[in-house]
Amino acid sequence: MTELLVQLVIAGIKAFIVINTVLLAAAGLVYAERRIAAWIQDRIGPNRVGPFGLLQPFADVIKLYFKEDLVPALADRAYHRLAPWISITVALSLYAVIPVADSIVIGGQRIPLSVAPNINVGVLYILAMTSIGVYGIVLAGWASNNKYSLLGGLRSSAQMISYELALGLSIVGVVMVAGTLDLAEIIARQQHVWNIVYQPLGFLLFLIASFAETNRAPFDLPEAEPELVGGYHTEYSGMKFGLFFLAEYSNMVVASLMMVVLFLGGWHVPFIPELPRWLGLQEGSIGLALFQAGVTLAKTAALLFLFIWVRWTVPRFRYDQLMRLGWRVLLPLALLNIVLTGAVLLALEHVVR
Amino acid sequence: MNVKENTEAQRMSFWEKLYLPAIVQGLGITLRQMFKPKFTRQYPEERWEPLGSYRGHPVLVLDEDGERCVACGLCSRVCPALAIEVQAAETGREKERYPVKFEINMLRCIYCGYCEEVCPEEAIVMSKDYELVFEDRESAILGKEQLLVPIERLQDRLEFLRRYK
Repeated sequence: MTELLVQLVIAGIKAFIVINTVLLAAAGLVYAERRIAAWIQDRIGPNRVGPFGLLQPFADVIKLYFKEDLVPALADRAYHRLAPWISITVALSLYAVIPVADSIVIGGQRIPLSVAPNINVGVLYILAMTSIGVYGIVLAGWASNNKYSLLGGLRSSAQMISYELALGLSIVGVVMVAGTLDLAEIIARQQHVWNIVYQPLGFLLFLIASFAETNRAPFDLPEAEPELVGGYHTEYSGMKFGLFFLAEYSNMVVASLMMVVLFLGGWHVPFIPELPRWLGLQEGSIGLALFQAGVTLAKTAALLFLFIWVRWTVPRFRYDQLMRLGWRVLLPLALLNIVLTGAVLLALEHVVR
Repeated sequence: MNVKENTEAQRMSFWEKLYLPAIVQGLGITLRQMFKPKFTRQYPEERWEPLGSYRGHPVLVLDEDGERCVACGLCSRVCPALAIEVQAAETGREKERYPVKFEINMLRCIYCGYCEEVCPEEAIVMSKDYELVFEDRESAILGKEQLLVPIERLQDRLEFLRRYK
């Protein structure tokens, strides 16, 4: 009984830290997005609130809180209220299985650094939860009683279902190489050679599919302003809109973290995997965990920069182009990737014997 | 029928159809753009000084002999937005006419500069002032005390008028 209680407390502390980090990261990301967009467009960007404008996202949140929370007439009130919560819950629960650092040892007890450790189907969990994320968007579109919202929601569901296939299949290659669905295990096996070396095509497919999954440009059709006003969140205001916004940015962070974990070696330092030992960091110590978390987050930040950078470079796809790319390019390529990986693995097995 | 299609998609090579090189090229352009000098002006601290050709809100010229305006009413007559109101009166001085009342309604003014163009005395000119803030409708009607500006501060505009008018 006490054993269970201890486990729960540890999980609770980890969840608290993770959720707060994520929310802070999302705020930072909003700031980064605005700043980088401004730089690319020869502007300066928000620089008034706090030092370098760093407090801008907090000012935005305060503004959102004080805005009127409108529910359109004849909208389905219950679903209208529920939709943003589904989005944000799913977005935050994704972090449960992602390990940012190796386990630490406190008082002879091994504490893995993910909220729900030792889940041996971490990859499947992530894929399943992202699929549920579609519900929030579809419900928002449906419950708003607005044709633009509905169209945005429908587009989004079609897009996410189409690209989920490519996303899932592009991971299969990694899973075949690693031989496990456990994320911590996948990272552990990348100590010397990252998966991107074995799976360059898989990485590219995953990157493109996750742009689409997170509804980011060039695949931001669900909220294409010229056609659909604001897409599924046209009828949302105040903090309900804020939740959708937060979920979108949180999804970006998850997508980047997944790329780091699956393809870019997780917490391993590139080229010099022995670096933490040279720095005198003990196996299982908190120092090592912090170091590894720093490495993971640095890689994630680089990928997030890529997300923002691409958004302000590539123009939006047309709907038919989006579907053609998803079904006729990415899906066959993902299948090809699986076949090739399988063939190579089989061949290696025979050569070794 | 022997119709040959010649669409963009058919003209492109395989490498071009892949689009990825083009996207990478585009990313390069945006990355370079990030480090270029910015155009943003930090407004309240860093103000813009317009050239003489700028048409800010109209003002009355005040030279060493006092106001130049002789209250002929041409500006008021030519004003397409009916923003100017002039009431003339007389004095015992050599230039005997002057405006007792000269009002410009800045809510009506369209900054066309006709008043300046028509003025025979070069008494009403467009200033460089572009910061017009009012808290109510009454204060948007500028009287003589707000409109009279010493000639030294209008040199750029007068220079411009003499050269190009």
